[in-house]
Amino acid sequence: MDSIVIDSLKKSYRKNQPPAVDIGGILTISKGELFGIIGPDGAGKTTLFRMLATLISPDEGTAILESLDILRDYREIRTILGYMPGKFSLYSDLSVRENLDFFASVFGKDVESSYGLIEDIYCRLKPFEKRKAGNLSGGMKQKLALCCSLIHSPSILFLDEPTTGVDPSSRRELWETLARLKASGMTIVVSTAYMDEAGRCDRVGMMKAGRFLAVDSPEDIISKFSRRLAAVRSDDMFRLLKDLRCMADVEKCYTFGDTHHVTLKKDAGIDAASMASILESEFGHTGVYVREIKASLEDCYMNLEDK
Amino acid sequence: MKSGHVIEVEHLTKKFGDFTAVDDISFDVRRGEIFGFLGANGAGKTTAMRMLTGLSFPTSGKGIVAGFDVWTQSELIKKHIGYMSQKFSLYGDLTVNDNLELFAGIYGVPRHEAASRIDELLGRLSLSSEKKSLVRDLPQGWKQKLAFSVSIIHHPEIVFLDEPTGGVDPAARRQFWELIYEAVDEGITAFVTTHYMDEAEYCDRITMMVDGHVEALDSPARLKEKYGASSIAEVFDILARGAVRSE
Repeated sequence: MDSIVIDSLKKSYRKNQPPAVDIGGILTISKGELFGIIGPDGAGKTTLFRMLATLISPDEGTAILESLDILRDYREIRTILGYMPGKFSLYSDLSVRENLDFFASVFGKDVESSYGLIEDIYCRLKPFEKRKAGNLSGGMKQKLALCCSLIHSPSILFLDEPTTGVDPSSRRELWETLARLKASGMTIVVSTAYMDEAGRCDRVGMMKAGRFLAVDSPEDIISKFSRRLAAVRSDDMFRLLKDLRCMADVEKCYTFGDTHHVTLKKDAGIDAASMASILESEFGHTGVYVREIKASLEDCYMNLEDK
Repeated sequence: MKSGHVIEVEHLTKKFGDFTAVDDISFDVRRGEIFGFLGANGAGKTTAMRMLTGLSFPTSGKGIVAGFDVWTQSELIKKHIGYMSQKFSLYGDLTVNDNLELFAGIYGVPRHEAASRIDELLGRLSLSSEKKSLVRDLPQGWKQKLAFSVSIIHHPEIVFLDEPTGGVDPAARRQFWELIYEAVDEGITAFVTTHYMDEAEYCDRITMMVDGHVEALDSPARLKEKYGASSIAEVFDILARGAVRSE
């Protein structure tokens, strides 16, 4: 069953500039789906969220959320939707508990009726219930914001880069929470700059210049990647990066943790051993390591980027 | 201070009431290295960084940054370091050139030198044609390059980068790290905090803070070896698991 249907949404902020969002055609997201949005800054991710959350109106097109139209039925939509914006948007001079009570009361609910949904996150905030939200650390603010966006038991949850500035352990906790919310039937749309997070989504939409360039499951994105890829290391990583970019068979080279990843040109005949020997003999590298590898989601992103 | 060190910290401690945010940390940062400063939210990174950048005084302990004492010379420290964070960068409603002149002035670059440094910097970034553009109209990637260049416009010995790539997509993150590599190649020292564990691998040495302590300090390769881990992300998990403080 469709939870969200996006139909030819378009939005421009300024004349003479390309639209911030310009989605041709129809994109549907199923009930209970965990849908990830990735893409560079300025791709239109936040604008899309704001239109779907009925905070701004599209210039053209519309979207249907749980059979409600974002233009016509915006009041009802707001009661079934949870939205956690990228910017901290709670009341800094209210306490943790007061924020929660306030958001519950806005929706005509009490905290207790939805407590089960937020219990595992809120238990971490409980010792700080009386602290003003403005005085919480970054990770705690995010936990509180998530609680406030869930307090009315929404059917659909939007999260705009919820893990920016959050440490790896807290990121994992958040994604465990999302998995549980999904299992309860909630539809979740989340944008992220982390490809390991995108990999945990049912489907990922890659956005650029206001459009979706690709929408697919992480597994299919990876299996459709057809280029040969190598991981390369030497004792002088910065020089290695520049040298690899000079090699004839190399199409693209980028840093990747403790190695550099190299995408080979379509017709490249070079293998790992000959690449290693070129790096040693022609470029004078020491400690050379070259191995052909399978692509990860992040490799797919890096190679999609230029298209 | 030893000539090979840009930062020397001994038993540095910061207490807020009866809460010890930074608890007796000691380490050196070597000239010309990329020094990664990692830890969970609330481990004490920001508090430590505020002391090292002259923004707050320690409760006890010693600290020398770029040759100046954190106790007595915090104003001199501020002049001799660079600082950039994801949150604070440039003024969007000023032009590229105005931003550069403003920061050159704040950092005390002599007036007669400022113009030539600004031209050189814009040339290097291929941004000369954008001199009169408002910063808010630039693509994010250019803004970031500009913000980084501004933070080192006064040729500091060390630049502090506080989560410079938070919320940045994989391609732009890598472009940014190449800028860091280039600056370090030219002799500057970089002190970087990040939550991206792949970026930790780009550092020469990394520090892992847990509950206000320096729990580990070594090269990424040696840390992985020591903890029998295949990635720095695993090392982080092993060390962070021992944390008592939850922010």
